[in-house]
Amino acid sequence: MFKRSEQDKRPPVEIFVDGTAITAQQGDTVSAALLASGRDVRRSTAVSGAPRLPYCMMGVCFDCLVTIDGVGNRQGCLVPVAEGMQIEIQKGKREIGR
Amino acid sequence: MSKAFSSEVDAGSREENASKQESEVPFRFNRNGASREYDVAVVGGGLLGSAIAWGLGRLGKSVAVLDEGDITKRASRANFALVWVQSKGLGMPAYTVWTVQASQAWGRLASELKQQTGLDVSLQQNGGFHLTLGEDEFGQRAELVKRMHNQTGAADYKMEMLPASEVKKALPLIGPEVSGGSFCPLDGHVNSLRTFRAFHTGFKAFGIDYLPERAVSAISKSGGEFRLTTPQGEVRASKIVLAAGNANQTLAPMVGLYAPMGPTRGQIVVTERTMPFLPHPLTTIRQTDEGTVMIGDSKEDELDDRALKHSVSAVMADRAQRMFPHLARLNVIRSWAGIRVMPQDGFPIYDQSETHPGAFVACCHSGVTLASNHAFEIARMVAQGALEPELVGAFSASRFGGAGAANDSGY
Repeated sequence: MFKRSEQDKRPPVEIFVDGTAITAQQGDTVSAALLASGRDVRRSTAVSGAPRLPYCMMGVCFDCLVTIDGVGNRQGCLVPVAEGMQIEIQKGKREIGR
Repeated sequence: MSKAFSSEVDAGSREENASKQESEVPFRFNRNGASREYDVAVVGGGLLGSAIAWGLGRLGKSVAVLDEGDITKRASRANFALVWVQSKGLGMPAYTVWTVQASQAWGRLASELKQQTGLDVSLQQNGGFHLTLGEDEFGQRAELVKRMHNQTGAADYKMEMLPASEVKKALPLIGPEVSGGSFCPLDGHVNSLRTFRAFHTGFKAFGIDYLPERAVSAISKSGGEFRLTTPQGEVRASKIVLAAGNANQTLAPMVGLYAPMGPTRGQIVVTERTMPFLPHPLTTIRQTDEGTVMIGDSKEDELDDRALKHSVSAVMADRAQRMFPHLARLNVIRSWAGIRVMPQDGFPIYDQSETHPGAFVACCHSGVTLASNHAFEIARMVAQGALEPELVGAFSASRFGGAGAANDSGY
């Protein structure tokens, strides 16, 4: 659905989504990188389990919740990618220990 | 998913029924604006008034519920949602009997509400804990359990003190500072907001008229009927039940009743939703059916609920994370203060007027725990026209002797 601009020459950053290596670009937010990856990155919501993708991309809607480096319920749209970052698509509620 | 969808459809059709009722409203009013006479007018549409009104509707009575507006201070939307037994009733053995009866009747209430409205109030009654931090607290709690146990005429709460090693078997995530706690197998919790909604949904099915923006300013009785003055006209009824929370203090004297209240404030901290980790509710921590963790519950001697005392929230949060260190990782998503309904000595007041027969008053702090008794027992007694002394005689306001009392109830 999303295509990167060919004029965008920012350097690549490698992140991992559920263990699979993905090439993002420096300055991407986690949510932008996930959307651009072309993968199915839908999380499921905490109560009904409905599928959700990042929506507002500005920290308001909380539909981008994702587990980043072992910490659940992070807002992917507010966190810039970093080399080697481990992303897990969160299914349902956050686990209390992570 | 399909179940959720069909219940939404049901709700929609009930809304339609409700609007049909609305369209009939003009026929209930004559040209003077006076309404028809109801069997019972319940003053107060919170959890207490709603439970009694629902119970009266269940018995086939015509009922009006006179409520204030949406922004009214309402303990029904600001409570901790425990269906709680342990540690209640020291100093009034009858209250222990009443509380155990309520706890045991809750399952029937939940299933009747489910059957009628399709709403599952998520009642869970597998026993609750009160955890202690350090040896001093453990000793104090053990002393309380002993005093409860030795109270003559009290119901058996089956409370027991458990060392930390035993607590850990039921609550594996407790931290090293937990010294143990008391366990009562009768304790539980419920989704109290959904319970509140279920009662109001049930109103429609029973044909109960819910009348908002009807704060009562005066009550008179003539020719065997009560007339209640509200900003939107008069409501008439053969009987009235005052269930207006702390406002009962001013309403009760209008019909020869007495309801001394001593309201307090409580604060709650709520975390983001997390996977179920807490299989039993605690006096101060519980995980809701939808995953949030509620941390309570303070008791403050003030009545302004617009601002929080962060020092109080900090103590509650600190104690909670010493009980369950994992909680420290969760984000707090909101915290709030609410005004609690509190009879002056902490125990419920159920009374009937001698000067104005047919007028009843009901006040209590534990509107969630006692909801089953209000729906089944209080409603039944109001319908039959007299409170039964053997059941609720101890809760008459005559215990105050016309003067105030100290609150030693444990709340």
